Amino acid sequence: MDILLQSLARPLILLRLLASLALLALGSPANALPSAVIVPLAGDDPDARSQAVDAITSSGDPNAARILAALVDARLYLQGESAVFVENDKAFRVEDGASAPVPAGEAIIANNRLRGEADAALSSLRLFDPVFEVRMAAAKELASSADEAQRDALARALAGKLDPKVRALVEVALARIELQSPEPAKRTVAAHTLSVSDDPQVKSVLAERMRDEADPDVRQAIGAALAAIDRRVARSEIVARVLTGISLGSVLLLAALGLAITYGVMGVINMAHGELLMVGAYATYLTQDFFRHYLPDMQDWYVIAAIPVAFLAAAAVGLVIERLVVRFLYGRPLETLLATFGVSLVLAQGARSLFGAQNVELSNPSWLSGGFELSAALVLPWNRIGIVAFSIAVLGLVALVLVNTRLGLYVRAVTQNRRMAACMGVPTGRTDALAFALGAGIAGLGGVALSQFTNVGPDMGQAYIVDSFMVVVLGGVGQLAGCVVAAFGLGIVGKFLEGWTGAVIAKILVLVFIIVFIQRRPQGLFALKGRQVEA
Amino acid sequence: MRHPVQAHSEGVAARPGYMDAPWEKPTLLRREWLVALALFGLIGVLVPLAHVLLPEGAAFRPSTYLVTLTGKILCYATVAVALGLIWGFAGILSLGHGLFFALGGYAFGMYLMRQIGRDGSYGKDLPDFMVFLDWKTLPWFWQGSDQWWWAMLMVVFVPGLLALVFGWFAFRSRIKGVYLSIVTQALTYAAMLLFFRNETGFGGNNGFTDFKRIFGVSITAPGTRAALLAASALWLLVAFLACRFIVRSKYGRVLEAIRDAETRTMFLGYDPVPYKLAAWVFSALLCAIAGALYVPQVGIINPSEMSPANSIEIAVWVAVGGRGTLVGPIVGAFLVNLAKSFFTQAFPQLWLFFLGTLFIVVTLALPNGVVGLLRRRKETNN
Repeated sequence: MDILLQSLARPLILLRLLASLALLALGSPANALPSAVIVPLAGDDPDARSQAVDAITSSGDPNAARILAALVDARLYLQGESAVFVENDKAFRVEDGASAPVPAGEAIIANNRLRGEADAALSSLRLFDPVFEVRMAAAKELASSADEAQRDALARALAGKLDPKVRALVEVALARIELQSPEPAKRTVAAHTLSVSDDPQVKSVLAERMRDEADPDVRQAIGAALAAIDRRVARSEIVARVLTGISLGSVLLLAALGLAITYGVMGVINMAHGELLMVGAYATYLTQDFFRHYLPDMQDWYVIAAIPVAFLAAAAVGLVIERLVVRFLYGRPLETLLATFGVSLVLAQGARSLFGAQNVELSNPSWLSGGFELSAALVLPWNRIGIVAFSIAVLGLVALVLVNTRLGLYVRAVTQNRRMAACMGVPTGRTDALAFALGAGIAGLGGVALSQFTNVGPDMGQAYIVDSFMVVVLGGVGQLAGCVVAAFGLGIVGKFLEGWTGAVIAKILVLVFIIVFIQRRPQGLFALKGRQVEA
Repeated sequence: MRHPVQAHSEGVAARPGYMDAPWEKPTLLRREWLVALALFGLIGVLVPLAHVLLPEGAAFRPSTYLVTLTGKILCYATVAVALGLIWGFAGILSLGHGLFFALGGYAFGMYLMRQIGRDGSYGKDLPDFMVFLDWKTLPWFWQGSDQWWWAMLMVVFVPGLLALVFGWFAFRSRIKGVYLSIVTQALTYAAMLLFFRNETGFGGNNGFTDFKRIFGVSITAPGTRAALLAASALWLLVAFLACRFIVRSKYGRVLEAIRDAETRTMFLGYDPVPYKLAAWVFSALLCAIAGALYVPQVGIINPSEMSPANSIEIAVWVAVGGRGTLVGPIVGAFLVNLAKSFFTQAFPQLWLFFLGTLFIVVTLALPNGVVGLLRRRKETNN
């Protein structure tokens, strides 16, 4: 479906598609078009030529669109009494669409005026295409680019039967033309009509008219229309910001979730967490390479395959880190911080040696490109929707693991009281290792998600580590719910500030806010109570 | 603070166990004074003099590279001592000390930028980057920066005020340990982002460079380089002695008590906030002045000095040398930075592997650093 929509945006492919659709209808040439209609096109009389175009347009012939397209592209031939048009090196007779020998002579040359008329006629013809997407695409194109020459065609189209959505767009298209009308009354009506449009172009057209407009009534109408558009744009911008904020929050959540687990359970500040994200992202890259070489047919689905690969890769790296380094430093958080920072340097440099200092290329699968259109001004990209869904799924899985599995039980027991858990027979060492690996694996999943819309390179870990810590610190250590609230909160607040102050200042403000917030509510954030405070 | 009995009989010093009572130790023993002054004489007096007096090409003339490198490492060592003071003796691991260093550097860099005068590539009164941004007048915070005394005042004032405000809030809320580390890291990260912006007014990501003069004399002249090296050595000596004095004083003992058991110290009637805050601000000031000495020697200051990774590297100097000592940070700063100079020239791709491994090995195997290792060996030998 997406492929269809995307390609519809390009008129050339559209025409080809139209042609093939029309081919399907070949069997029944209900309103056949006699070649005689074409004859004046080859002549010199401009009025006769225009009438010929009109005749083709209004004929109702299923091939009309193909013939007009052929006229525009100089693929329409007149050989004696029989007219032929050529498509992809195959020729078809105009009167019944049947195959014909490819003509040898000169094609009918359309001058600019004729070509403009044919183009206008084409777009209004497409408004009545049997396929809805084609109708919508044609209407959208009209709404953003209709000009004076198309006025009559549009008026005729409005008189016909149109779907409501298409009709609204056609009305906008007509109103854009009418806005330049010499009669003030028409201009006022046009301004009213335009006030419902979401198209950013319409706004600039209105503003342009406002500059030259002298009539006070029209000025007022245009002013009202502009205000209405501004209000709607502002509203959809807010919605857009909330939504991008949510998707940014999902990224933060994925980045911080693993950290929340490792910190919550073991009190380990893992500075190499960002590099575990990087491991996940590179695992995604390797999976893509694997698919490219061995499964090129299924390349679109490499992201799905990368999810378990990245999880296992990052979890394995995490397990190694825990066994070799972190294990010896329990209870010494500052040393852990330094040692894991060392690990992060080694991992980042390792990635640099293995994959080069440049960012690696990752392609977005086609099913994640494009977007879901709420209105002309508001398109939700599928990859953003995808990441929100993915992070919610991961969050659900983590919650499930923590609540419903034996490992989760052990993890919670160790979090609450390590020594008592050990007395009850919980293998704390193994729990630590597994929890660390779990946290690392979740970071790997975050890496998969990140690989879909940021650069994957050896420095990517550093970019996320401060942010992830902020989420964990703000949300309260070891609390999934706090982590979720903090991640989405930071994401949305950050995006809003970005709109007002620019990205860098927004980031600084968020950091300062967190620093101040921690000053005000240290205990609420760290969720340490009573005797645990000094532990 | 000496015990009255001790004044009469110096012989008490030989009594076993006496050396373990730090509150009765002087700032430096006589032997230590000798070593410290000898080292200062070598690095801070002899090397600069040799650089100036010996003719170009003489066998023992320290090269410009050596003088600059030594001066740079001396500044780093001062920062390490400053971090060693608060980490080793107050338990505050700051991962944002690079910020104070860089702020000091920027404050003095502003003066150096103004000293360029009309010799910049645009030949205007304004610093080049402002001309490039099409600014017409100096921003308000650049006023006065053409006066050296004002610049020096700012070197102390700006980082000091930031440290005071931040420290007061942090210590009052009893933020400590890993949280303080992370918050300081966030602080320097935020500052880095701020300074990366062109509009902030400090040259964006290029920072300040192309200095020409300092106090009216050429900044690249051998005499200037020698004087800056001597000043850096002197500042390190002052920093070391001051920190040593602090940790040997009663104040230092309370600081250590707070490090080991803050709540218990509170119950004994001490308010930890002023103790920690004073050490914190003092430490920040040491860094700031070291930064001001650093900038004219390396000839550039840019926001990457504030990157979190830079600040955390300071911590590894201290860790390598030995936490809980003041000699350790100096030793660590020299060892790590000499290794860095060697690696980044000989095997650039290995340097980060080496540094990363150093972080891991030092924390796992050398909790007391090189100095701790030497001390332990000496003890076992005895």
